[in-house]
Amino acid sequence: MSAHAAETTFPPDSFYDTGEHHPQNGTMLGFWLYLMSDCLIFAVLFAMYGVVGANYAAGPGPKDLFDLGLVAVNTAMLLLSSITYGFAMLEMARGRQNAVLGWLAITGLFGLAFVGLEIYEFAHFIHEGAGPQRSAFLSAFFALVGTHGLHVSFGIVWLVVLMVQVRKMGLTEPNRRRLACLSLFWHFLDVIWIGVFTFVYLMGVLR
Amino acid sequence: MQERSELMQTLFGRLTLEAIPYHDPILVGTFMATAILGMSLLAYITRKRAWGTLWNDWFCSIDHKKIGVMYMILGIVMLLRGFADAIMMRAQQAFAFGDSMGYLPPHHYDQIFTAHGVIMIFFVAMPFVTGLMNYVVPLQIGARDVAFPFLNNFSFWMTTAGAVLVMMSLFVGEFAQTGWLAYPPLSGIDYSPTVGVDYYIWALQIAGVGTLLSGVNLLVTIVKMRAPGMTLMKMPVFTWTALCTNVLIVAAFPVLTAVLGLLSLDRYVGTNFFTNDFGGNAMMYVNLIWIWGHPEVYILILPLFGVFSEVVSTFSGKRLFGYTSMVYATVVITILSYLVWLHHFFTMGSGASVNSFFGITTMIISIPTGAKMFNWLFTMYRGRIKFDVPMLWTMGFMFTFVIGGMTGVLLAVPPADFVLHNSLFLIAHFHNVIIGGVVFGVFAGINYWFPKVAGFKLDEYWGKVSFWFWLVGFWVAFAPLYVLGLMGVTRRVSHFEDMTLQIWFQIAAVGAVLIGVGILAFLVQIFVSIRRRDSLRDETGDPWNGRTPEWATSSPPPAYNFAFTPRVHDQDAWYDMKRRGHQRPTSGFVDIHMPRNTAAGIVLAGISMLCGFALIWHIWWLAAASFFGLIAASIIHTFNYDRDYHIHADEVSSVEDQRTRKLSALQKAGA
Amino acid sequence: MSTADTEQAYDQRHVHSHHHPEGEAHGTFKGYVTGFILSVILTAIPFWLVMGDVLPSKQATVFIIMGFAVVQILVHMIYFLHMNTSSEGGWNMLAMIFTLVLVVITLAGSLWVMFNMNENMMPVSAHEMRNAP
Repeated sequence: MSAHAAETTFPPDSFYDTGEHHPQNGTMLGFWLYLMSDCLIFAVLFAMYGVVGANYAAGPGPKDLFDLGLVAVNTAMLLLSSITYGFAMLEMARGRQNAVLGWLAITGLFGLAFVGLEIYEFAHFIHEGAGPQRSAFLSAFFALVGTHGLHVSFGIVWLVVLMVQVRKMGLTEPNRRRLACLSLFWHFLDVIWIGVFTFVYLMGVLR
Repeated sequence: MQERSELMQTLFGRLTLEAIPYHDPILVGTFMATAILGMSLLAYITRKRAWGTLWNDWFCSIDHKKIGVMYMILGIVMLLRGFADAIMMRAQQAFAFGDSMGYLPPHHYDQIFTAHGVIMIFFVAMPFVTGLMNYVVPLQIGARDVAFPFLNNFSFWMTTAGAVLVMMSLFVGEFAQTGWLAYPPLSGIDYSPTVGVDYYIWALQIAGVGTLLSGVNLLVTIVKMRAPGMTLMKMPVFTWTALCTNVLIVAAFPVLTAVLGLLSLDRYVGTNFFTNDFGGNAMMYVNLIWIWGHPEVYILILPLFGVFSEVVSTFSGKRLFGYTSMVYATVVITILSYLVWLHHFFTMGSGASVNSFFGITTMIISIPTGAKMFNWLFTMYRGRIKFDVPMLWTMGFMFTFVIGGMTGVLLAVPPADFVLHNSLFLIAHFHNVIIGGVVFGVFAGINYWFPKVAGFKLDEYWGKVSFWFWLVGFWVAFAPLYVLGLMGVTRRVSHFEDMTLQIWFQIAAVGAVLIGVGILAFLVQIFVSIRRRDSLRDETGDPWNGRTPEWATSSPPPAYNFAFTPRVHDQDAWYDMKRRGHQRPTSGFVDIHMPRNTAAGIVLAGISMLCGFALIWHIWWLAAASFFGLIAASIIHTFNYDRDYHIHADEVSSVEDQRTRKLSALQKAGA
Repeated sequence: MSTADTEQAYDQRHVHSHHHPEGEAHGTFKGYVTGFILSVILTAIPFWLVMGDVLPSKQATVFIIMGFAVVQILVHMIYFLHMNTSSEGGWNMLAMIFTLVLVVITLAGSLWVMFNMNENMMPVSAHEMRNAP
């Protein structure tokens, strides 16, 4: 290696970082990338709905089934939960633990209301004989909306776990990062829901 | 079969004693062999008292180097299984002509070709590629580990859990008989009511989670943890290709997850996505799965393009020709690979506009690959080429892959594809690019980086034996398939009437045997090298006069990779350091911050596997229990905040001093 | 999911707790409220357009509500997800743009390919498809 040592000598510093090199933290980027991959799962479900969404198989169509009033209330729940989560994040920045917990609890309740209404809607459809087996349209509808609902449910479970952790450990660095990740997750689900109510519900009724 | 009691049904779902194929002599023989081999392996580990080491230092390890090695071992084990399937198919097709039905009934034969495809892609090629990236990328960018070390361990065990499920299907139940992509309606519940397709679905779903997470992990590692000075355009080419591959993984695997999820809804819930009735559309499955499937082939080949680039420049003693164009070619391939998927099903009945669009994009994507080929040729041009084993594999690749690429461009022409679709010509084409590209690349990579992993080189003689048998074997096995394909012989057929075709299949069988010798020679190569390790030893850490930072540290590298992070000033950073009269720091070591080992990964993957097994056999209580167990276990894991420790400066300094002594002894011996 | 998010990159213990994790842009009260009000408006109008049967042309309604959806997604990205070109050194934005391209390819590509096939392979009208058993 040093057989042909150069004439000019270089200080060891130019070869190595002699302090302890700290790479940047990657959690937020990693979680964002996970969300992007999740986004593609939804893209597939949307594509599925787009392709078979008009195949009613002589069964009920969107006009017969969808209750836009209910969807509007559902959308409101999700929007409200979004801003309350935002308030929780603002309180976190100020370091006020109890306020964070309070806003998280309210967010969770709005989330529960959303999931509850969706379960009610699904049960109602199934009761009317419009279950996911009835037609390709209904299969695609249940898959898309149901996957979104499952995500919200997981979000609620995660939110409760985080509340316990914040209570136990306080607003420590890892907990702040976790709250920030859940924030991304929660708002991301909002964005997906915009696609759902526009393309599935509103445009379905128009068809 | 008599009616089973309600209780048995609840307890075991559809799992009965009938599911164990004790009436099939081939499977019983395989089982005996596996059992004997497995028992002797377990006995050996017990006798060596190695269980503790194995569990603590390997299974629970979150060291990217050990995980990389475990991926490679998984790949080798599954390669043997996948090859066993291949040789069985070749043997069947060599004999099953006219009155002879061969030795495999169609039901068994169909499982074999399905398993062969699934295993070779998901559990051989993917582990090999991920293993190479896992081991090499952090070293090449001067990092201590990957960004999420625990996740890395978890990903590995999820991949392994998928592989175990596939292996399990040999002895409990059966595997899918649908071909490796399980097209509906054949894979729907009406035509495949048994567990085969369910094994397929859950094995891929579980392994898919592992692949996706490892993709996110390596991406963040490359983006966030590069050594100071290593800008994007100073990254080693292998790291560049790894970056693009992981972009593809993160962007493509969700599509597979979603489409397999829809197929399982069809099978389990009775939805109508891909059925023939109630408005389902089976072609939508084919469309979606190829939106994943085409990027997947680039996921497999891109990292190996990186390996070839490293090998060519190292063994030609030259800087890589056209580094920038190499990088751009890789990026262009990454994006274009999403625009060609329809060429896998030109014959489905789209109109001329659709088919010609995808035909043209397919031809375009061959251009950047061609550019790479010229870059490698120009790197070799007027270089001082050393024909070590990695270089042999690279040259074998260049010869073989170009021909495979050309037959691919032939297939890109829709009218030609209408004639050749589903024929053995297609089989020959994709084996030509996958064996000639991926497999040859993996062997080049193993031969190239083995000294880094083990501290000694691989035996050269057996390496050459392995290479020549593989190369010749490949051509003897697949050239006849090109011929047969042009004659119109289709794939996945277990019996033929036309006796004039037999000779070609017999030649192909000889080729498969030659490849088998190549695989055997590779195993012998590893075995012999371990036996002769003292004479093959490399103390310098840089046996090939390498150019990238992984060769700057010792072989094998210490747990922390680099005592101090290298500063990068050039695209061939290590070569540049040597040129400037590199000096190893021998004092002033500081504490190094490292992640702690954990059993969480293997536990979570184990529960996932249990859940998959329960779902396959409709054991609902177990499925529910393991699903909620999985969630509970992950939540418990998040309560563990104590995930790291420090390697004390004294310890670092003793390791580094040892290396200093070895290096100076070497220098004295040299002088 | 719960493992991905909580994974702690091991080299970050030295950041003091009063720092925000790098790349985590956090909003302001005003930002959140603005975003909320905008998204309420952008949600309400499409619902009103459809439920109230306001426009005579269905096609026009479809295009308008699609436009509103796009704008609302942008509002959420900016005010709630705090997207900008500088967070995480631009990698967030790059990843998102790449994903959007792929989403468009997947959606538009699948629709184009499948409708093209249906047109060529199934000589039935959309109305017949709806009512086919």
